[in-house]
Amino acid sequence: MSLSENDVNKIAHLARLGIENEDIASYAQDLSGLLALMVQMETLDTTGIKPMAHPLDQCQRLRPDVVTEQNQRDHFQAIAPQTQDGLYLVPKVIE
Amino acid sequence: MHSQTISQLAHGLRSGQFSSVELTQHFLGRIKRYPELNAYITITDQQALQAAQLADAKIAAGTVDQLTGIPMAHKDIFCTQGVKTSCASKMLDNFIAPYNATVVDKLNQAGAVMLGKLNMDEFAMGSSNETSFYGVAKNPWDTSKVPGGSSGGSAVAVAAQLAVYATGTDTGGSIRQPAALCGITGLKPTYGRISRYGMIAYASSLDQAGPMARSAEDAAILLQAMAGFDPKDSTSADEPVADYLASIDQPLQGLTIGLPKEFFAEGLNAEMATVLETAIAEYKKLGATIQEVSMPNLKLAIPAYYVIASAECSANLSRFDGVRFGHRCQHPQDLTDLYVRSRGEAFGKEVKRRILMGTYALSAGYYDAYYLKAQKVRRLISEDFSKALSEVDVIMSPVTPTPAFGIGEKLADPIEMYLADIYTIAINLAGLPALSVPAGFINGLPAGLQIIGNYFQEAKLLNVAHRFQQVTDWHQQVAKDFA
Repeated sequence: MSLSENDVNKIAHLARLGIENEDIASYAQDLSGLLALMVQMETLDTTGIKPMAHPLDQCQRLRPDVVTEQNQRDHFQAIAPQTQDGLYLVPKVIE
Repeated sequence: MHSQTISQLAHGLRSGQFSSVELTQHFLGRIKRYPELNAYITITDQQALQAAQLADAKIAAGTVDQLTGIPMAHKDIFCTQGVKTSCASKMLDNFIAPYNATVVDKLNQAGAVMLGKLNMDEFAMGSSNETSFYGVAKNPWDTSKVPGGSSGGSAVAVAAQLAVYATGTDTGGSIRQPAALCGITGLKPTYGRISRYGMIAYASSLDQAGPMARSAEDAAILLQAMAGFDPKDSTSADEPVADYLASIDQPLQGLTIGLPKEFFAEGLNAEMATVLETAIAEYKKLGATIQEVSMPNLKLAIPAYYVIASAECSANLSRFDGVRFGHRCQHPQDLTDLYVRSRGEAFGKEVKRRILMGTYALSAGYYDAYYLKAQKVRRLISEDFSKALSEVDVIMSPVTPTPAFGIGEKLADPIEMYLADIYTIAINLAGLPALSVPAGFINGLPAGLQIIGNYFQEAKLLNVAHRFQQVTDWHQQVAKDFA
């Protein structure tokens, strides 16, 4: 399984990740090499094996439905790139 | 002063031989004397001196913990309120954390004096500290070599005595491998033993924080302060915390040590094999018996790990989008352009490689073949460990295939770098605790011994490591230029 430069561009788009044109060929090569490593997993029969999502097979804990957090909006927005009236600003989404 | 252990320093502080302010000034002086090591990203000298003054007042009042007034530093992955927390990325170069990680709060409560924030691989992705936005930290034993990673700055700071101890995180070996390459003691506890709250996430089902120190005894004191259930971390383990010092001196008579035959079958460097055999011989003298164990699925740990870690990283790092904090590109055309350019400008090449890999592995049509398959392989690897640990008390292995490699040597081939994690990553997949202790030298560079135990058996690991350190002095060696 090897990836083309076109594949890399598609994946980068899915990840909303800007990559330099001159790096695309090396990403295609690196990712193809990694995939070659990953297909080694096919040598192992995993029929009937339950996927392991968590090392201790814990269940998600529940807590009482009560307010525990204070409003810290100003504190958190102090480090935001751009805010106005308590809102985060981004370029216009709907024309 | 800088070569003393935590308990020696605590005694010195309590008996008035020196104050925490003096001790802190001494370490700040050392940090400034050795800038070429590039161990620190941020030095917080003013805050450190204030914390030291507070510690001195507490010591005078007699209300002290063993860690009160002892200078230390955090890996720059832990959020520290009011202090830059960069994760060694351009993405967070402007990020002043708005709250403390639980680990930071816990150590603050114990009276720790933070000297600063330590260098690391960008977002903890790397095994050499070379992916840091702030440049590579240097190995004190040979400054042309890497210190290992991702907790490279932490290992350098402790090894060169620029901090008494440091925090680290370990997703695939990131505490144990730099500890081994720099000649210090590093413990990755059981997954969930230490809270991940405020620790910037890389691969959430693998990430675990731990102490990096000069001895197993120091690591035990630190784990005591760092461990425990935290309701703010949904995967925190609700298990009682043992008294790690209580059993540290227990004799090892009757201990059974498992050696996985798959680790010794092929590819083990002859000098590393000698280091290991010498360590095993020491353990036999201490009364341990050796038994071969078999873990047939270990060979698939690297592919499974890089699928799972990349997939989880691609999801975790989607929060860095230039909207709420971190780097934002100039003059975005539209929302997509804002995301694409902010992320494109601020992530380094290794981080991008893993995001791309993970995005691919999780994309429509490939999920079953990669992520689901890797999770099944993960269970089989974990079962291999469970079986082996039902036959023996601990498992021992090398930490790394070779001692520290040269800066730049493996950068061109990422896969070669990944393959060097062979001895450490399977432990993260299983979620087990493991510890790295200095066990010798190869051509003047430190080599480590890895001790792996069963879930929540950190006390046993620290005991096994401590007894070894009572009969060897590898952990007391210091690079002569930084003695």
